[in-house]
Amino acid sequence: MSFLTYLINGLSLGSIYAIIALGYTMVYGIAKMLNFAHGDFIMVGCYIIFSVSGAMSGNSAVGIIVAIILCTLLGVTTEFVAYRPLRGASSPLAVLITAIGVSYLLENIALLIYGADIKSFSSVVKWEGLSLAGGQLQIQGVTIVTIVISVVILIALQLFINRTKQGQAMLAASEDKGAAALMGINVNRTIALTFAIGSALAAIAGALLCSAYPSLSPYTGAMPGIKAFVAAVLGGIGSIPGAMIGGLVLGIVEILSKTYISSQLSDAIVFGILVVVLLVRPTGILGKKVQEKV
Amino acid sequence: MKKFNRVFSAAMAFALSATMLAGCGDTAPASTEGAAETAADAQTDAQASSEAAPAASGATFKFGAIGPLTGAAAAYGNAVVNGAQIAVDEINAAGGIGGYQIEYKGEDDELNAEKSVNAYNTLKDWGMQILIGSTTSACSIAVSENTKADNMFQITPSGSAEDCVKYDNVFRVCFSDPNQGIASAQYINDHNLATKVGIIYDNSDVYSSGIYQKFVEESEGKNYEIVSAEAYTQDNNTDFSVQLQKAKDAGADLVFLPIYYSDASLILTQANTMGYAPTFFGVDGMDGILSVENFDTSLAEGLMLLTPFAADATDDLTVNFVKQYNDKYSETPNQFAADAYDAVYIVKTAMESAGVTPDMSISDMCEALKTAMTQIEATGLTSAKMTWEATGEPNKEPKAVVIKDGAYVSAE
Repeated sequence: MSFLTYLINGLSLGSIYAIIALGYTMVYGIAKMLNFAHGDFIMVGCYIIFSVSGAMSGNSAVGIIVAIILCTLLGVTTEFVAYRPLRGASSPLAVLITAIGVSYLLENIALLIYGADIKSFSSVVKWEGLSLAGGQLQIQGVTIVTIVISVVILIALQLFINRTKQGQAMLAASEDKGAAALMGINVNRTIALTFAIGSALAAIAGALLCSAYPSLSPYTGAMPGIKAFVAAVLGGIGSIPGAMIGGLVLGIVEILSKTYISSQLSDAIVFGILVVVLLVRPTGILGKKVQEKV
Repeated sequence: MKKFNRVFSAAMAFALSATMLAGCGDTAPASTEGAAETAADAQTDAQASSEAAPAASGATFKFGAIGPLTGAAAAYGNAVVNGAQIAVDEINAAGGIGGYQIEYKGEDDELNAEKSVNAYNTLKDWGMQILIGSTTSACSIAVSENTKADNMFQITPSGSAEDCVKYDNVFRVCFSDPNQGIASAQYINDHNLATKVGIIYDNSDVYSSGIYQKFVEESEGKNYEIVSAEAYTQDNNTDFSVQLQKAKDAGADLVFLPIYYSDASLILTQANTMGYAPTFFGVDGMDGILSVENFDTSLAEGLMLLTPFAADATDDLTVNFVKQYNDKYSETPNQFAADAYDAVYIVKTAMESAGVTPDMSISDMCEALKTAMTQIEATGLTSAKMTWEATGEPNKEPKAVVIKDGAYVSAE
C-alpha cells in the first residue's frame, strides 16, 4: 500500500513537471528557442495569485484568472521586447543568453517587491481528497486536480494544434519559418501566440505547484523549471505528448529513487537516467529524427 | 593590456596606502586616545549611565561590545549591546568587580566583517580591555584575528560557527552549531520525549548536516532509537512526502528537524495534509517559523525548539531581567540579549576568580582569564552551572521552548 502512496506522489509531482514541460516544449517546437525564463513565469504567476487572493480575502479563483491574464501579457511582452529583435541574430546563443537574463531580471524584481522571506501559499484546491482502503491510502485533492488538469491541457493542446487554423499555422512555422511566411502565415504573430499559450500554462502550473508545495520565494520556479526542461528533453523536445510522458517519468523516478535507493542521490539518479536515455535515443522518448535537407 | 596595467597598479598603490593607514590605526599613540574618546562619547549614549559612577579608586575596567546596531540584523546587535548594558549597570550598582567599576561601550558593525574590525579598533583606542562580541559568526571570526594578535580576552555571546573560538583567547556563551545536535539528543533523552526518532536534514548545508552528525553520534545508548534519517538538498526542497512517509512508516513519534524554518514550514504543512502528527523538534534555525507570512501557525502547534532562553520563564533571574529590559528598552529580550547578559557575568566571575585588576596589561589579563575560564562555574539566564573547555566551548544544560497558541513558551 505504501508503494501506491509513493506512486501517487510521483504522479502528482510528475504532472506538475509535465504542465511546465508543455510550455517549454511548445515554445521550443515552434520558435526553436529555449525560454529559460519559463520557470520564473511560474513564480510570477504564484506571486500574482498570492497578492490578488490576499487582497480578495482568499478568493483564489479571481487570483488564478488575473494570474493567467497577466502571465500571458508578460510572456507576449517578453517575446516582443527581448526575444523578437534577436530572432534574426547570427548566433542562436544570443536569444538563449537573453532568456537567462530575463530569468534573473524577474527573480530580482520579485526579490525587490516581496523580499527573500518565504511566503506560505494557501492552496487553490479546497477539496480534501479521497481516502481509500479504509484510510490507508490518502490521495490529496490537489493531486487529483493536478493529474486531471494536465491530461485536459494535453488533449486541448493536441486538438488546438491539429484541428484549428492557428494550430496548423504553428505546425507550419515550426517546420519552416521561411516557407510558412511565403504561404501567407504571419510568423511573428504565430510565435507570439505560442508564447501567450506557454505563459498561460506557466500561471496554471504555478497555481498547482504552490498548492501542492505551499512555499513561495523568488526562486520557487527556478528548480522545477530546470527539472521540467529535463522532462521536455527526456520526452523529446518539441513533442507535446513527449513532454507529458517525460514529466510523469521524471516525477515517478524522482520519488521512487528517493524512497528505495537514497534520498540524497535522487537528483543524481534522475539526471543519470536523462544521460542514458539521450545516449540510446538522442531525440528523447517521442522525439522525431528530422533529416536535415540540403 | 596597457590600460589594464595602469588600473592594476593604481589599485595596488591604493591598497598599499590603505594597509599603511590601517597599520597606523592599530598602534595609535596614547595622545590621540582622549580625542577618540570624546568623539565616541557623542556616538553612543549606552555608556552614559556607567560613566556617571566612576570607581572610588579612579581605575575602571573597560568592556566593549560589538554587534550590528543598524541594518538587517539590527535586532541581534541591539539585543547584545543592551543585554550587556543591563548586566554592567547591575554590577556597577552592586559595587563593581573587586571594587572596580566597569566602563562600557557598544559599537556598530552593520553585520560586516570589515566594519566589525574597525569597531574593534575604535574600542581599542578607547581603552577596551575585554571584548563582548562580535554578535554574529562571520564578524566574530574576523575580529578574533585581531584579538588573537593583541592577546585580548574575547567572549562572543552568540557567534555559533565552529571557527568563532578557533583561538585560545576566545570563548563563547551559546552552543556551537554542531553541538546543538548533542544538546538536542540530551534534551530528548532527559525529558523522555520519544521512543522512535526520525530525522529530516539538509544534506547540502553544513549547518544542518553538522548538527545531524553530532545528533546521531550522541544518540548512541540513549533511551530512544533513530528509525529513519532522510536527507534533502537545496535543489530538492519542495517535496518532502517521501521523507515524511518513511518516518511515518517507521513509526517515529518525534521528528528531529535540524534545518531552517523556511523548509520546515513546508514539512509541517505536508505532514499535516498526510495526517502525520509526531512531535517536531528543531534547533535555533527554527526560530522565525511563526513569522512566515500567511503561514497557518496552528500547524506549528506543539513544535519544540532548542533555544537557550525563554522570556516567559518564571525563575527570579529571568523575571528580573525581562522586567529591567522592558523598562529600559520597551521590548521583550530575546536569546541574544540573554547570552550577552550572561557573558558579562561570566567575565565578572572569571575576573574575580583570577584576581584581575584594571592596571594589568591586556595580554596579562587575557592569560589570567584564559586559565580562570576553565575553572569557574557560572549560572545565568541561559543555563545553570555552565563550565568551559580550554577550546572555548561551553558545557551547559540545553533548554527548549514549545509553541502553544501561536507563541513560544518554556517547555519545562
